[in-house]
Amino acid sequence: MKVLMTEYLRIDLETENWECRVCEHVVGSARGNYKQGLLVYKRDPEDIHPSIIDPEKYKFTFCPDKDWVSIYEFYCPSCGTQMEVEYTFPGHEPLFDMEVDVDALKEQWSHREEILEPVKGPNILVDRTHGHNH
Amino acid sequence: MNTKVNVDTEVEDQELIQKFLKDTTLFLGPDPEIIRDHRIMPRTPSEEECMDKYTDLNQISSIRDRLQSACEEGFEMVEQMGAAPGAKWGDIITGIYSASGDLTIGSAGGVLIFSALVHHPIKFIIKNWVDEHTVGVNEGDGFIHNDSRYGNVHNTDQSMILPVFHEGKLICWAASTVHEGENGAIEPGGMPSMAETSFDEGLKMSPFKVVENYEIKRDILTFLQNSVREPKLQYEDMKVKLFACMRLEQRIKEVFATDGPDALTACLRYTNESVVTEVRRRITEWPDMTVRTQTIMDSTLRENALLKVNLAVTKKGDRLIFDFSGTSPELTNRAINTQLPGMKGMVGQAFMNHIWPDLPRGQAGLSPIEFVTQQGSLVDCSYEAPNSQSLMSIFHSFTVAQHATAKFLYSCPDKYTRVLAPWHNMINTFIWGGVNQHGEMLGNLCADLNGMGGGARMDRDGEHALAPIFATMADIGEQEMNEEEVPFLQLVSKKMTANTQAPGKYRGGMGYTMIASTKDSDQWGFMTTTQGSKVPTIQGLFGGYAGGSYPLCKVTDVDVYDVLLKNPEQFKHSIHETMNEQLFPGAKYSTHHMGMGFDISKRGELYMISQGSGGGYGDPLERDPTYVIMDIEEGLITSDWAKKLYKVEFNEETFALDLEATEKLRADYRELRKQQGKPYAEFVKEHVKDTPPANIPFYGSWNGDVDTIYAGSLDDKRDASNIGPIYVTNPKDVRIGELEAELEAVRKQAGIPSTDTRK
Repeated sequence: MKVLMTEYLRIDLETENWECRVCEHVVGSARGNYKQGLLVYKRDPEDIHPSIIDPEKYKFTFCPDKDWVSIYEFYCPSCGTQMEVEYTFPGHEPLFDMEVDVDALKEQWSHREEILEPVKGPNILVDRTHGHNH
Repeated sequence: MNTKVNVDTEVEDQELIQKFLKDTTLFLGPDPEIIRDHRIMPRTPSEEECMDKYTDLNQISSIRDRLQSACEEGFEMVEQMGAAPGAKWGDIITGIYSASGDLTIGSAGGVLIFSALVHHPIKFIIKNWVDEHTVGVNEGDGFIHNDSRYGNVHNTDQSMILPVFHEGKLICWAASTVHEGENGAIEPGGMPSMAETSFDEGLKMSPFKVVENYEIKRDILTFLQNSVREPKLQYEDMKVKLFACMRLEQRIKEVFATDGPDALTACLRYTNESVVTEVRRRITEWPDMTVRTQTIMDSTLRENALLKVNLAVTKKGDRLIFDFSGTSPELTNRAINTQLPGMKGMVGQAFMNHIWPDLPRGQAGLSPIEFVTQQGSLVDCSYEAPNSQSLMSIFHSFTVAQHATAKFLYSCPDKYTRVLAPWHNMINTFIWGGVNQHGEMLGNLCADLNGMGGGARMDRDGEHALAPIFATMADIGEQEMNEEEVPFLQLVSKKMTANTQAPGKYRGGMGYTMIASTKDSDQWGFMTTTQGSKVPTIQGLFGGYAGGSYPLCKVTDVDVYDVLLKNPEQFKHSIHETMNEQLFPGAKYSTHHMGMGFDISKRGELYMISQGSGGGYGDPLERDPTYVIMDIEEGLITSDWAKKLYKVEFNEETFALDLEATEKLRADYRELRKQQGKPYAEFVKEHVKDTPPANIPFYGSWNGDVDTIYAGSLDDKRDASNIGPIYVTNPKDVRIGELEAELEAVRKQAGIPSTDTRK
């Protein structure tokens, strides 16, 4: 049985591995940090959050200051899917963000049916496709 | 020796000591026993008896519905009659509390965090004033409160608290809370970022009696009115809250008449206990794991600095533990600290708004959740530290909680809401004050703080300028109505700034631009109290990005109203055109971080800010290309940025998509990622450092070591269990020091001796 843990990661309870949900790539042991099985890239903030006002003229421009924040991108080494992004302090280690108790997960899912598509939950939004009613 | 006699004597001695201590207490200060405990109180014998007597869950449910309706009625009354801008757009709540003080039912609209906090002052009243012969708690009494050290967000929020009796017996409490704004602090509007001690923050009201026989005591009222900049508002809203509480009391007494007070007591206790049981059940459904996250605060609102909000959430069985160890220490002379209840209440808000909104809106939802903090940290500050801008640290607490819980929720078969990327979390708005066009002194803020961009969900984009994180159902008010009372115009409002969205498979909801300018007063000014001008304040989710940063832009030495009359073509309706084109002759253009202290404005000068975007969800390369085109058509993003970010190919005139070319662009870009990305170990070796950046003040733990806390420099490392106070130098003194050093260097270079070398 496989448990869907994030948009792009699942855990195979039999092999106890993290897997990429896009390409089936085995990322690493589910008892460890999945990020250690991914590729990491330090993104220049200007690529994502461009300066809206002229950086030659102004100190604050809508673009984050790259001396104050680093953006780490984590990719699947097999298919290149961007699985996680972390905004962090320059020089800070990436976070071990999901430390799973695999034994407890196995026990929990031994009482459940396998789920192949993520459960979205109730749709509580009003249908706004018909415009205003007044 | 008779053991029984000895035991009895010991008990008598203990009682005597307790009585002595109580009788001789010189100061009833903030009580840690009350404000450090967010759990519902133990079941009392009286509640036990009532629950034995009333077991019909249909009756319990019926009473609960009637009480819920009463809370909605009270909410409507305050919203319709309240004078404070906060009241008009829903920065309020009304609630019913058990005899022990636990909030059981809160109004569906309004600011939920209040509900998690007002139980503290009620418990203070129960502990200290019920048996105090100089005070007492009687039918028709009303108590006022705003001091966060006795349980509150910050002291701009004032509560009215009314005990409800039946035949002389206290059955429950009714309370109403409003973000009043003005409170007599050193800056107008009630949330001074310039406060350096708690004595700079204006009125600090521990719970005290201001109402007897359902009438406000005029002598105390007059004192309160003299203590704030808006005396009429102070009176009007005290009356409004009192009448809302009296309406709640009326509805409660109607329940007494039909079902009896014991049935109501049983209802309140059943409700709280069943919510606790249900929360534990829902926690059990989550996977057992630890999730770690952090956010970056880039400002103290006085100066830029890097402060960490650190969170590890551990779920095991039916336990859920929020551990904030490693978070920045408190800054003892800056206003951004929070008292512990404020942080907990905001985490409760995350659950009530976005995770389990179906549960009754009360205190019980948070009751089973455990918290770990380091005392003296930003999220558990000392009583001495100012906290008038506690919103900064509690909003970050909300975001780390929201970010972490999303990673628990994804795998759950039962969900009560969509998995959601973090909401925008800052109050990008203008706080204002001074003398208005009618000659009245005012101090308050624009409702635009309620227009925070929503986070993207697992199946759809975030909604623009939707709601504040502290109230899902709040309004942003009518600008034209505001302009009847304040002497400035929002010349541009509700307009998005292109390319400021948080990209993702589903993008975050964007915020809007505001350009304000004073017109009809020579005694008027603005403040902004927001972080995020250098570093995004949130995180994205599962490969989505956060929103960007945003500046405060100012244009001075211009009267834009003259420009609009004589050369209207020079006025542009966006920040980027105004700042980049610089069309006003002789005007000065500048940018600043978003912590602007109260700034006296001149007629026609421009103050320009922009809301932030909610977080993005998922890999941007998976974004449906048609959604990209829709965003371009709506002016949310530009074509070049869309192509760069989302890798889409289309005709720029017709917007016709080339799906095949798009697919190829995306496939190529995935290959590029694989080339530019480095294996984890190699990346860590190249980029990770053992210490924080040396040239930027950093506060908090570094990497995984939460026991050592940096306090602003690499040389100042402290033991997390005993952090101690941290005083930050006034930024003006820092600047004077820099300029003096520069002057000294220039003098030396030019051979000009100093004018006075004496020490």
